[in-house]
Amino acid sequence: MSGDAFKLRSRMRGYTDHAVTALSILATVLVVAPLVAIFAYLVFKGASSLNLAFFTQIPKPVGETGGGMANAILGSALLLGVASAIGIPIGIGGGIFLAEFGRGTRLANAIRFTADVLNGVPSIVMGVAVYALIVQPKISWLPFTGHFSGFSGGVALGIMMIPTVCRTTEEMLLMVPHAVREAALGLGVPNWRSVLSITVKTASPGIITGCMLAFARVAGETAPLIFTALGNQFWSANLNQPIAALPLQIYVYALSPYDDWHRLAWAGSLVLIVLIVLSVSLVRYVTSRGVLKGAS
Amino acid sequence: MPSSLISVEVKVPDTPVSHAQRKPEPASPRGKSGVNASKEEQSAVRTFLLSRGNSAGADRGFHWLMVLCALSIFGIVGLIAFELVLRSQLSWHQFGFKFFYQAFVDPDTHQPLFWDPVNARFSALPFIYGTLVSSFLALLMAVPLAVGLAIFLTEMCPVWLRSPLAFLTELLAAIPSVIYGLWAVFVLVPLLRTHVNPLLVAGLGWTGMFNGDNPTGLGFLSAGVILAIMILPIISSLTREVMTAVPHSQREAVLALGATRWEMIRMGVLRNARIGIVGSVILGLGRALGETMAVAMVIGATPEIHRSLLANGSSMATVIANEYAEAVGDMHLSALTEIGLALFVMTIVVNALARLLIWMVTKGAPVQAA
Repeated sequence: MSGDAFKLRSRMRGYTDHAVTALSILATVLVVAPLVAIFAYLVFKGASSLNLAFFTQIPKPVGETGGGMANAILGSALLLGVASAIGIPIGIGGGIFLAEFGRGTRLANAIRFTADVLNGVPSIVMGVAVYALIVQPKISWLPFTGHFSGFSGGVALGIMMIPTVCRTTEEMLLMVPHAVREAALGLGVPNWRSVLSITVKTASPGIITGCMLAFARVAGETAPLIFTALGNQFWSANLNQPIAALPLQIYVYALSPYDDWHRLAWAGSLVLIVLIVLSVSLVRYVTSRGVLKGAS
Repeated sequence: MPSSLISVEVKVPDTPVSHAQRKPEPASPRGKSGVNASKEEQSAVRTFLLSRGNSAGADRGFHWLMVLCALSIFGIVGLIAFELVLRSQLSWHQFGFKFFYQAFVDPDTHQPLFWDPVNARFSALPFIYGTLVSSFLALLMAVPLAVGLAIFLTEMCPVWLRSPLAFLTELLAAIPSVIYGLWAVFVLVPLLRTHVNPLLVAGLGWTGMFNGDNPTGLGFLSAGVILAIMILPIISSLTREVMTAVPHSQREAVLALGATRWEMIRMGVLRNARIGIVGSVILGLGRALGETMAVAMVIGATPEIHRSLLANGSSMATVIANEYAEAVGDMHLSALTEIGLALFVMTIVVNALARLLIWMVTKGAPVQAA
């Protein structure tokens, strides 16, 4: 190769390198821009429409200004309560099995894989399945069946929590050092006691944050609630009846033609996003601090 | 394990506890205090252990309870599949496999007609088309950006910036779909309508893919853009994970041969991580296929097939969201459920494929979905 050609080539290589650096910085900016835009709009639009009435009043009829989403906040709280009661115990139990009993077995691998796949099932499909399971059939001796109800919405959300809780619990339990388990067993503690009061307790900060992450994820879910919880314009704490939910209300108001409802939708979004950002930051804080520092 | 340990202790056959307890006195006066004291202690431990009983039963019960919890995940997937199949029987028997590709003709306008709840004639074709078009548009926009971001974060970013940027993308993944939709309706769609769409029509209108006769700004392109923003974090965080898994020795070897940084990334990192990157892209596709609320708010909700990306359309998930609660008659409900079943099968296949690919790269180490 002649000297000139060599020089040209190495210069080209240098240019390509710089071009790629510039492109990836550009990509980063393009990714961060919409995020900043979304947050800016939420804070700007939401904060100007948040007031006390938002938290204390129910929606006003069309044409009247004011009103709030108090009933939706209550409804969301109830739905999330039902969801947590279903999703968290089953999820943690599954995680304990994966980490403590089934380690390395074929069954555990299959369950882990299924949990990951279940995590990817669209929430709308979950809604259809729960509709078919609870809302559609009318069974006289079973409560909650045969009509739209808050309970069915809670079940849909609860099922969606299971895979997330299960996988985080497993990962947190795997981080607990073996010596801790052996110490417990060496004292003659029964296995179930050792798992619950020693291993799970050691990993509990991680497990709790995992639950919060799952909680935050389903808190914003709308799709499975459209035809299970259905929504409600009035106060209702009855799980056997259609119930309001914050994301559902945001959806309905966003598509309405009224400015005042748009305002409420932005305010509701801000409340929802504050809840979610808080829990994600908490998760980040706890995991970065080292969940199990005290244990090892 | 521990249960057997304990039961061995408990079942020591000699000197029944009651006997040892009843006459401890004759032992002490004899003066051999050392030996006897330890015997006394032993018997006390034994009494204590006996009073606690055998934990084998509790252990077994606990074990099976946990197995039950874990198996319920299988149960849930099975139950979802069963219910969807059961409730879509009506539509399946009526239309068969033609449900996925047939088209009817409107007798009045002679236009193709796909979705006719009034006459109970249904075809999933426009929704499959809408889902595929919006998802592939999203991938087209998201993949280069996500890989670029991952390269920046793993190979170039100064350390102090890495953690905040990773946190920001994590947040992007945690924003609910409905809030993306809200933002899209009030910010993104007007922006596209006034600034981007006229440019596309003027510059690329001749391809037929950008037709300017939709004044709303809704449509496939808007859906694709918002989907791209939504699936970016998952693709980039998994890509980052896979790229971090590439051993440092690979990078060092390429650098030692005099490669520039880009050549190192291309030959040392991307080539080794390519299967995992494909896996994360497919996982992003799985998300895009099933995404509902944001798409429902911006795609326009008309069951039609248009070549123009600026035209209104509908997708599998959004037609379910829009019509399920107000379905007219059993056949309508059944057809919607069958679309749900198709979506379920599609996402399961896509997700399973993606997981397998990612597992192949990270060697079975668990990968946490963002």
